[in-house]
Amino acid sequence: MTDNIVEIDNLSFGYKGRQLHKGINMVFPRGKVVAIMGGSGSGKTTLLRLIGGQLKPTRGEVRVGGKVVHHQDRDGLHTLRRKMGMLFQFGALFTDLSVYENVAFPMREHTDLPETMIRDLVMMKLNAVGLRGAAQLMPTELSGGMARRVALARAVALDPSIIMYDEPFAGLDPISMGVVCNLIRSLNDALGATSIVVTHDVHETFSFVDYVYFVGNGVVVAEGTPDELRHSDLPFVHQFVHGEADGPVPFHYPAPDYAAEMLRGHNV
Amino acid sequence: MFSGLLTKVAKVLRGVGHKLVDQLWRFGGAVRFSGYVLLYSGESFRRLHLTIREIYFTGVMSLIIILVSAFFVGMVLALQGYNTLQKYGSSEAIGVLVALSLVRELGPVVTALLFAGRAGTAITAEIGLMKATEQLSAMEMMAVSPIARVVAPRFWAGVISMPLLAALFSMVGVLGGYLVAVPLIGVDNGAFWSQMQANVDFREDIVNGVIKSVVFGVACTMIALFEGFDAPPTAEGVSRATTRTVVNSSLAVLALDFIMTSFMINP
Ligand SMILES: Nc1ncnc2c1ncn2[C@@H]1O[C@H](COP(=O)(O)OP(=O)(O)O)[C@@H](O)[C@H]1O
Ligand SMILES: [Mg+2]
Repeated sequence: MTDNIVEIDNLSFGYKGRQLHKGINMVFPRGKVVAIMGGSGSGKTTLLRLIGGQLKPTRGEVRVGGKVVHHQDRDGLHTLRRKMGMLFQFGALFTDLSVYENVAFPMREHTDLPETMIRDLVMMKLNAVGLRGAAQLMPTELSGGMARRVALARAVALDPSIIMYDEPFAGLDPISMGVVCNLIRSLNDALGATSIVVTHDVHETFSFVDYVYFVGNGVVVAEGTPDELRHSDLPFVHQFVHGEADGPVPFHYPAPDYAAEMLRGHNV
Repeated sequence: MFSGLLTKVAKVLRGVGHKLVDQLWRFGGAVRFSGYVLLYSGESFRRLHLTIREIYFTGVMSLIIILVSAFFVGMVLALQGYNTLQKYGSSEAIGVLVALSLVRELGPVVTALLFAGRAGTAITAEIGLMKATEQLSAMEMMAVSPIARVVAPRFWAGVISMPLLAALFSMVGVLGGYLVAVPLIGVDNGAFWSQMQANVDFREDIVNGVIKSVVFGVACTMIALFEGFDAPPTAEGVSRATTRTVVNSSLAVLALDFIMTSFMINP
């Protein structure tokens, strides 16, 4: 019970009055890789921002290491964030810094390590993602997959105990996807960290995570290990896992009756 | 008919009211933003290399356009000034006229307008883009304040480089005026410089000019930074913000210039 490093408790949140999360409950056990899945716009990114304390819940709470995130003052929040690494959807590398400086950034900001030590650490992290040779390139010179890997090296620069990934596979070719999957798993296990992976790539994700939460309509609609979910007959999970266009998650944006709309303006 | 008109008027009024309230909110946001920038400024002095780097960028970015403009402005001032002064038989005063116009008004004002168009837009676009590509969020998640790390150094860089650029503008402008007045028109070389030296006052003219350009530096840089920071994180949002930087900075510079001049000129 105490070994959940992140706990989300009855969490509600909305932008400008529009409810996005309506009472979400999740736990993230230490050492595991847990996926949060759901359609686009279901509030997955927002959930990561709530965990990181960039947004305040309207109800409920997020606890990281037993501390309620939105009760922290600035220093408390900084302390919590020092334990987190986050990989943003498109990497969010600093475009004015080289690959090397991007990875060195958190070290320079938060430690007083001498330059030789920083150099060794940066090269170690870049080596772990296979990009030691790209250290002197600028972010604009990288492909999408490479940028993602550099961002990953930067996210783990200070050996965080929680690593969050926002759609790490979006827009990657199948080979890079496999590479990133393996990296997430191996970094998690090497650092003894806990990983939270937000994604909607069922097949890739099911191959390497320990546990999965499905969110839809602002709540957790299903959860379980990949194996349990593959055999689940919940309609939502079935639709998602088998990639069906229409189902509980509708293909159509809410619209007036099709026939009525076609007939409007015709004198019948 | 009458009630139709009434609802139309009400609608227009409501629209105006909404706009007004929105602008007021934005202004409040800008003031709060400025407060934070000042609050986090210690950081940009503790790590001076960040600020120096930005001075280099903003300064170098605007240097060429400011030098070229200054040269032309100085030459035009000399031509126009000579044309009028010679009618009153005081064409040697051309040096004073050029120097005073530049140091007191045109140096600070034109520099600020060019700065807004060149460095200001670049600052807005850069910060807006950093926001749109989640670089600022990423920084926040790394427990680094974007205001301290990104905004404050750029602010101080702008405040420091503006008076330097304005001083260069005045110097190059005087040079341009000299080239037109002395070698080209044939005003006496000695009279040109001695009149200038005798009639340009350090306290009244030069210090006041520097005060103006420092104030313009604060206004232009803060506007550029705020517009970038406040931009909606989309391509369209950033491009609109860039336009707003130019419009708002220019208006701010001209209005502030009027206010400051009216205090500086003692009848
Ligand atoms: N800053 C914001 N202000 C207002 N609405 C937002 C903001 N960010 C996201 N949203 C809205 O919240 C919803 C969920 O966004 P997001 O968490 O990014 O979803 P996901 O990552 O699952 O695709 C979307 O409909 C989006 O338009
Ligand atoms: Mg998202």
